[in-house]
Amino acid sequence: MNLTLKIWRQKNNSDKGGFKDYKLGGISKDMSFLEMLDVLNEELSAKGEDPVHFDHDCREGICGMCSLYINGKPHGPQQTTTCQLHMRSFSDGETITIEPWRAKAFPVLKDLVTDRSAFDRIIQAGGYVSVNTGGVPDANEIPIPKTIADMAMDAAQCIGCGACVAACKNASAMLFTSAKVSQLALLPQGQVERKTRAEKMVAQMDAEGFGACTNTGACEAECPKGISITNIARMNREYFSAVVSSQNV
Amino acid sequence: MSWVSKTLSSTLGRKLLMALTGLFLILFLVVHLIGNLQLLLPDNGESFNLYADSMAHNPLIRVVSIGNFAFILLHVIYSIILSKHNKNSRPVDYAVSKASTSSTWSSRNMGILGTVILIFLLVHLKGFYYEIKFGEMPMVDYEGVTYKNVFAIVAAAYSNVLYVVFYVIAMGFLGFHLSHGFSSAFQTLGLNHVKYSPLIQKVGFGFAIVVPALFALIPIMMYIQSL
Repeated sequence: MNLTLKIWRQKNNSDKGGFKDYKLGGISKDMSFLEMLDVLNEELSAKGEDPVHFDHDCREGICGMCSLYINGKPHGPQQTTTCQLHMRSFSDGETITIEPWRAKAFPVLKDLVTDRSAFDRIIQAGGYVSVNTGGVPDANEIPIPKTIADMAMDAAQCIGCGACVAACKNASAMLFTSAKVSQLALLPQGQVERKTRAEKMVAQMDAEGFGACTNTGACEAECPKGISITNIARMNREYFSAVVSSQNV
Repeated sequence: MSWVSKTLSSTLGRKLLMALTGLFLILFLVVHLIGNLQLLLPDNGESFNLYADSMAHNPLIRVVSIGNFAFILLHVIYSIILSKHNKNSRPVDYAVSKASTSSTWSSRNMGILGTVILIFLLVHLKGFYYEIKFGEMPMVDYEGVTYKNVFAIVAAAYSNVLYVVFYVIAMGFLGFHLSHGFSSAFQTLGLNHVKYSPLIQKVGFGFAIVVPALFALIPIMMYIQSL
């Protein structure tokens, strides 16, 4: 395959940045999208140019490290992570536009790499449970109905990649935050901090500068893990019931 | 800051106010529509004029109407605050975006739809509400009692084709606004349930078509009658 790549290049956070075009040939349809970028970077390195910086880690679709806004969609045309996207999803001679996630809360560090530590701070604010020290508890010691366990596990599928923020017209982090609130609120282990968690995580989400939700559903449609916006409704319930009944004045 | 003001200034709290005021305005639309449909009764406006008079003198309606204006104002103010906040949340926009593949047009353009509805509302209030309350009204007698002839000024307005076209277009915008707003309000309130959400979606969609269509029918019918 021969491709024209239109890639966002930005030296650092204070640089204005801009698009640069690259011609790339000899790409196999079976390559992953990141492997295609690896080929480009090898060529750039051989020429002595600065390679295109992008985030990646496991390349198995489970770590949430890869990002990229490809041809107007987060993680590209398929509902998967960029590392699991293959070049067969594109056609020969196509121009592919690659941009970083765009959000005030995700500042661009370099090229396509954004700082997503805002998500970490939301988790730190309340995305944890209290556990006793000592021996490892027996498995299945606490009975949990299968349907509830499934709902919690569905929410826990979230890998924190930020595609929801990237897809949302308001750069809202409500799908991420709601998945993290839900996975713990649904389980008995999460009851101790339940109210405080909802209050603190929402407060941190706002403090990071994410937008508000307008229920467009774009986040759910683009989420590589299929996280449902029913979680956002649950987070709203959790939050509203927490603020009216918690002891936190 | 007290916990109440802290909650209401959070993104979720602001959304809550949008949803609650929106749902109230949806209720208002139903009441307003039922009243207005009397314009189409073939009695030369008698039942509509009597209805308008009873509404103007009902203390409960007067209190609710103050609330209604307050909720419209709140809905507008909070939409401006939220839209501004949302715009600021993405200072640099994408060069290429295929948003239409993952969300509906009306869900992404509630602000534009709402602005048109607000302009309509101002024209509507100036033309009818203000005239009826403070303007010089033609009068009419029913069984020896004198009433304001509200029907006459409505009929006069709807004999103007430009006015009718403006009304019908505005109702189209209202329909699109409702097509997202109705179910969105329930989602914001946290009412998303596998048993009820499909019903809410369907009722919302039906509401968004039927209510604006019936509102639009009134000026169209009255224009035809005026010919």
